[in-house]
Amino acid sequence: MGDNKMLDNFFDVVRRRFNGNNDDDTRETVKCPRCTSLILLERYEELHRVCPNCNYHGRLSSPERIEITFDKDSFCELDANMISCDPIDFPEYPEKQQELRDKTGLHDAIVTGTATLKGIPAVVGIMDSRYMMGSMGSVVGEKIARAFEYATEKHLPVILFTASGGARMQEGIVSLMQMAKTSGAVKLHSEAGGLYITVMTDPTTGGVTASFASLGDIIIAEPKVLIGFAGRRVIESTIRQRLPEDFQLAEFMQEHGFVDMIVDRKRMKNTLAHLLELHGYTAKEA
Amino acid sequence: MDEKKTAWECLNLVHTKGRPTVRDYIPMIFDDFFELHGDRSYGDDKAIIGGIAKLDGTPVTVIGQVKGRDINENKACNFAMPLPEGYRKALRLAKQAEKFRRPVICFIDTPGAYAGIEAEERGQGEAIARNIAEFMTLRTPIISIVLGEGGSGGALALGVCDELAMLENAQYSVVSPRGFASILWKDASREEEACNIMKITADDMVRLGVAEAIIKEPVGGAHNDLDKISENIKEYLVEKIAEKCKKDIDELLKARYTKFRKIGEFTE
Repeated sequence: MGDNKMLDNFFDVVRRRFNGNNDDDTRETVKCPRCTSLILLERYEELHRVCPNCNYHGRLSSPERIEITFDKDSFCELDANMISCDPIDFPEYPEKQQELRDKTGLHDAIVTGTATLKGIPAVVGIMDSRYMMGSMGSVVGEKIARAFEYATEKHLPVILFTASGGARMQEGIVSLMQMAKTSGAVKLHSEAGGLYITVMTDPTTGGVTASFASLGDIIIAEPKVLIGFAGRRVIESTIRQRLPEDFQLAEFMQEHGFVDMIVDRKRMKNTLAHLLELHGYTAKEA
Repeated sequence: MDEKKTAWECLNLVHTKGRPTVRDYIPMIFDDFFELHGDRSYGDDKAIIGGIAKLDGTPVTVIGQVKGRDINENKACNFAMPLPEGYRKALRLAKQAEKFRRPVICFIDTPGAYAGIEAEERGQGEAIARNIAEFMTLRTPIISIVLGEGGSGGALALGVCDELAMLENAQYSVVSPRGFASILWKDASREEEACNIMKITADDMVRLGVAEAIIKEPVGGAHNDLDKISENIKEYLVEKIAEKCKKDIDELLKARYTKFRKIGEFTE
């Protein structure tokens, strides 16, 4: 194991030299999790975390996502101060949350609010995988339910960017019930005629895939992101064989009929604005 | 009266060989059961049984997850782990029940939805999500009962209802205790420890607002007296179905949404 790590590091250095960075070895690089090519961090950030080699769309923080997707300064947060309690008295859960709040500046794994795209207003939600892998507990469930209820009342469309490992284990059965709470709110918004667009980002899995993420009228995914219900490890241990590399990627899910379109990050804002317009939503009068 | 058992003791009890399954209960509780097969799209999943029957003279739709009573039966029903077509069969039968104004009764008994290549290819996540959303607004009463294990989204796909009952030793959890230990601690052998901290017993469900009722099991567990446990379940169902059928359907749906809407603990 240790030897492999050393070998990996050795090859990383070799690759860096071949990439022509030998005169500036101090520059930081990141390894693409899909194609494993090395990318200069600076370049990766410039591309908004898209791999220039394979087009894998990496994980963005919620503030970055807001910045590149919605009209400048149009985002207005809802329920900003909601934080989770400890419904099943799970050991060290409150401490872990405090630590994450301090580290990320987030209050939980989703930020919701209103924003405009090319002037068209929408209710939006952006999950953030930095906070307990974007897992859904009481706060994620409540904020999503409120977002859909607000959108239903104001006749607004909803756009959610999903990124989640699934249910939050530390909230036990209460977290499972958030699947019902969120899906119910989506259903009522849908019955009232509201448009709901899901944008699946890396990763969208477990109880989030098995609830609100899969219920969009239109489901968009970013290239090469992971989308699925069961985790890769779980499936591999059930069937006792290795899974193909492309299993559960966005392209695989589109091939099997569960994703409408795969959209590059740089075209996302335009695509979303067009879709809103096609459904009769119009820009707010100034 | 039995001593209160730990979650781990309950888990072992529901895994006891001979614990009654939905196939044992259907003939004991209902009359004239007609099994209906298939999702009309892909196939017929043997991990979910569904059909029409009479409950004390009232036509009802019955849907349940099927555990095997021995290894051969378990192989046939995939150890009660449904595929997407199983959930889609359940949804088809639920929509049929809505059309003919039949109440729906769901029996939950699964370690979880099947985790495998074909399940992913056919949209396990979408199938579960669709059921949850559609059951929430299904315009007919729904009662669900957890018979043994209620594991994860695979259980919730039959668990959106007007009232949920737990058999006394049954459990309901976000993921199986084994899966929990493996996800959180990367060590499936800590199953017992996980089981006891997860809050998954019938009492926990009532306390957390997930279940409304607990159905008493015979001394030592359901397997000790099938007649008695079936009678207890039937009595509960007859009373609840009559009660829910009397309600205005819009009021019922509002209450159903509220039941789930209020679960969660947070501060602002």
